[in-house]
Amino acid sequence: MVENRPWVTFLSHFVLIIGLIVIAFPVWMTFVASTHDQETMLRSPVPIWPGPYLLENYWTVLTEGYRNRPGTVPLYITLTNSMIMALGVAIGKIFISIIAAFAIVYFRFPFRMAFFWAIFVTLMLPVEVRIVPTYGVVAGLGMLDSYSGLIVPLIASATATFLFRQFFLSVPDELTEAARVDGASPMRFFWDILLPMSRTSIAALFVIQFIYGWNQYLWPLLITTKESFYTVVMAVSRQANVVDSVPSWNLLMAMAMLAMLPPVLVVVFMQRQFVRGLVEVEK
Amino acid sequence: MEKRVTFNERLLPYLLVAPQIVITLVFFFWPSGQAIWQSMLTEDAFGGNTKFVWFDNFAHLFGDPNYYASARLTLVFSALVASIGLAVSLLLAVMADRVIRGASVYKMILVWPYAVAPAVVGVLFGFLFNPSVGVIAWMLAAIGIEFNYVINGNQALILVLFAAVWNQISYNFLFFLAGLQSIPKSLIEAAAIDGAGPGKRFWDIAFPLLSPTGFFLLVINIIYAFFGTFGIIGSLTQGGPGQATNILIWKVYNDGFRGQDLGGSSAQSVILMIVVIGLTFVQFRFIERRVHY
Amino acid sequence: MTRILLSSVAAAAVLVSAQGAVAQTEIQFWHAMGGNLGEAVSAQAEGFNKSQSEYKVTPVYKGSYTETLTAAIAAFRAKQAPHIVQVFEVGTANMMAAKGAVYPVYQLMADAKEPFDPKAYIGPVYGYYSTTDGKLLSMPFNSSTPVLYWNKELLSKAGLDPNKPPTTWPELGEMAKKAIAAGAKCGFTPQWQTWTMIENYGAWHNLPYATKDNGFGGTDIELKFNDAPRVKFIQMLADWGKDKTFVYGGREGKSTTLFNAGDCAFHVASSGSAAGIEKALGADKVGIAMMPYSPDVIAKPQNSIIGGATLWVLQGKPAAEYKGVAKFMSYLSSTPVQAKWHQETGYVPITTAAAEATEKEGFYKKFPGRDVAVKELTLNPPTANSKGLRIGNFVQIRDVVDEELESVWSGKKDAKAALDEAVKRGNELLKRFEAQNK
Repeated sequence: MVENRPWVTFLSHFVLIIGLIVIAFPVWMTFVASTHDQETMLRSPVPIWPGPYLLENYWTVLTEGYRNRPGTVPLYITLTNSMIMALGVAIGKIFISIIAAFAIVYFRFPFRMAFFWAIFVTLMLPVEVRIVPTYGVVAGLGMLDSYSGLIVPLIASATATFLFRQFFLSVPDELTEAARVDGASPMRFFWDILLPMSRTSIAALFVIQFIYGWNQYLWPLLITTKESFYTVVMAVSRQANVVDSVPSWNLLMAMAMLAMLPPVLVVVFMQRQFVRGLVEVEK
Repeated sequence: MEKRVTFNERLLPYLLVAPQIVITLVFFFWPSGQAIWQSMLTEDAFGGNTKFVWFDNFAHLFGDPNYYASARLTLVFSALVASIGLAVSLLLAVMADRVIRGASVYKMILVWPYAVAPAVVGVLFGFLFNPSVGVIAWMLAAIGIEFNYVINGNQALILVLFAAVWNQISYNFLFFLAGLQSIPKSLIEAAAIDGAGPGKRFWDIAFPLLSPTGFFLLVINIIYAFFGTFGIIGSLTQGGPGQATNILIWKVYNDGFRGQDLGGSSAQSVILMIVVIGLTFVQFRFIERRVHY
Repeated sequence: MTRILLSSVAAAAVLVSAQGAVAQTEIQFWHAMGGNLGEAVSAQAEGFNKSQSEYKVTPVYKGSYTETLTAAIAAFRAKQAPHIVQVFEVGTANMMAAKGAVYPVYQLMADAKEPFDPKAYIGPVYGYYSTTDGKLLSMPFNSSTPVLYWNKELLSKAGLDPNKPPTTWPELGEMAKKAIAAGAKCGFTPQWQTWTMIENYGAWHNLPYATKDNGFGGTDIELKFNDAPRVKFIQMLADWGKDKTFVYGGREGKSTTLFNAGDCAFHVASSGSAAGIEKALGADKVGIAMMPYSPDVIAKPQNSIIGGATLWVLQGKPAAEYKGVAKFMSYLSSTPVQAKWHQETGYVPITTAAAEATEKEGFYKKFPGRDVAVKELTLNPPTANSKGLRIGNFVQIRDVVDEELESVWSGKKDAKAALDEAVKRGNELLKRFEAQNK
């Protein structure tokens, strides 16, 4: 801090605490709801302090799913699937993007810009607007009900390539020059110099893409018919809108808590690298 | 912006871009091409009874007041999500950048919502504001506000907006915080020595330096409001009540599958694709120019 | 711990038996029944699988009706369709128009030489999903009809006899006003307002919804529901809204939360909601009766129509597999299966035999009111106005009607202006449907 002004510090804390309450309250209520029994949660007003059913509810959803009803699977299965999907999307995206960005930045070759634009226009276009044809392609390739079907179509987006390109452009040319003088091959340069330098960018992208993969909803819903491939987000949201019946809020909220826990841990633990990675990309 | 120093290889660059290009072609260009083709057909949802109608679907769309209403709604909604989201997160980031005590606790909690899937956000807010068991609905009732998003369209829109901003705030916060922390301390100290107060320092130094980040986030937030909120709407309001929360991405889905009009739905998809490609292009030009300077 | 042990033993047993049965033909059945309803569906499939060894029906819960339909459409276009998919009743006309995609049930049964007797089915249930000459297109599955629920406690508080429900709308109005006077927050709220207050009000009073026998006679039709009785009825509800005698609780099933919370004295809602309502309020505190009628429109009510969903069979599979599908359809219609489904879920049975069997078991004595739905449906032989509805783009039309009704409840329009506008906008949607499916 440059100088000390108590009222500014006080104001800062005050604003932050308000923000904190607004941000944390929904999560707190979710947690509270997940520690009561169903009857309590159907009566208004619902409690705002935790109840005694914490272990029971979490145990139930983890081992049986939502009241052991069809269409829900024990949550440890959906959590595992979500984990595989999110890791697959994150790692796959980073892998194909970093080598593509490397090619586009460090080589001159015919159609380079055409490739660049082909990748670039896909930036941020969501799968929802072309869902039927995409489903058709995935089905044609025999990838329904498989991890590759869950993962591969979602790595067709350009965000990561674009960010790596930005980062590579900021890498000093002297390094490349030196590598060339030493007679290092392009791949050597990539492995020994570029990749280690990209560590924080990779970390930042990992966080973004892990969450992107974890949070998918419509896509897994469409292409999975076997319960062994269901993901956790889809399991939560499809139980919230059930025809002709009232949701068991306590179990639903226990599922929601478990569904948000892994990505939250990823964000919280990788926050430092994430921020640093962003600063470097932004440069 | 180009590298001056490059490598000379013939085959290698093609091998390196191949995985990305193949995946993009197979899962993006091919399906998008089919969506464009479909937008010029009328057919039953299962693909039978197909007729080629040129631009009839588009003509119908542009003659439909509901479509304009949805487009207007989407614009207003995105503008609100982006402006409120950016303003609030900038405020929080500036404050978090100032404080020393408790900083890590604040940061840890403030980034939490980013990790929550939009579909789950919808479920959470639906629970909090549920007209019969929701805590917040109950609190509002206690102070005389009858909150029922199931019936009241404006309240439904406010709720979706609130949920969307809540969901997106951490992402903005992280970027702004990173931007603030990358501002050289010497710059701030120099200004402080010149007698500039915290407010003036922020507007004169931090704000201009943050504006590229702000622009980047603006585009990201608009895109998020356009598409990312699909999950929230799906699990919270399903576009209702009335057309109150029927933004374009939900309309594409709803008209296509619930209404079984895939031709009309594809025409809407094509328009959305054009909008997004336009937005990305604008953003790209902006970033390129900035890098030049 | 023992539970886990048992379930893993069970899982192992399932694996073993699945491996042992490689010769079985698998039949995919995609449905939209979550919660305890999904459990009942799984029990049906399991029962069928145990009853024979050639076929194995795999039920898959695909989410909401829209999500299920989305998945089925995408899958069909990619030639990966399930054999059977559950579709909501408003999708009927659009499903029929998809001629290359659906395999009409009457034809399926004939091709598979599976015995099939249309007369065994309850009239309005069968009629809703059949052609004008009585050929069944899709298999009725979860059907329900609107009934009147009332909160006995609120009636007692108002000094009314808690066991005597109103039979006409004016009576309901008076009783609801008394309940309000005694402190109730809401007199009456309807569920699925387009279905209960417009479509079923029409059938119940023998009024047409659309020309050409409500659309059964062709696609070149016009909507007719802006008639004087319905304008008067909707206006009456709107006027009731001023003192909370009528409260609008949202589209589709949303208003049931109000009734479940004990706020409302009366609720017209799907018979399929019975189990949920009884669970929320306590079975002894809820009564179920027939919908009220307007004595100035009709002397005695006609009959109600159904809602819910049916099972459509999709094209593109080998004939041998369709034999299994046909067998499964017969199994679903069989008396014990239907009786169980009816009793567990509150949906109406699709055959008269199942209703009679339930009666004989004494089920209705134990759960009074659960027979009301069937009574309403079979009150009189259906007329052209009360057989059902066959309306193209019905999903969008219902949205339009919902919107216009909401403008009445919020006081933006009067009932006449709103219903006229709904008919006008609906007719445009019908024209588009007709043009597309010529």
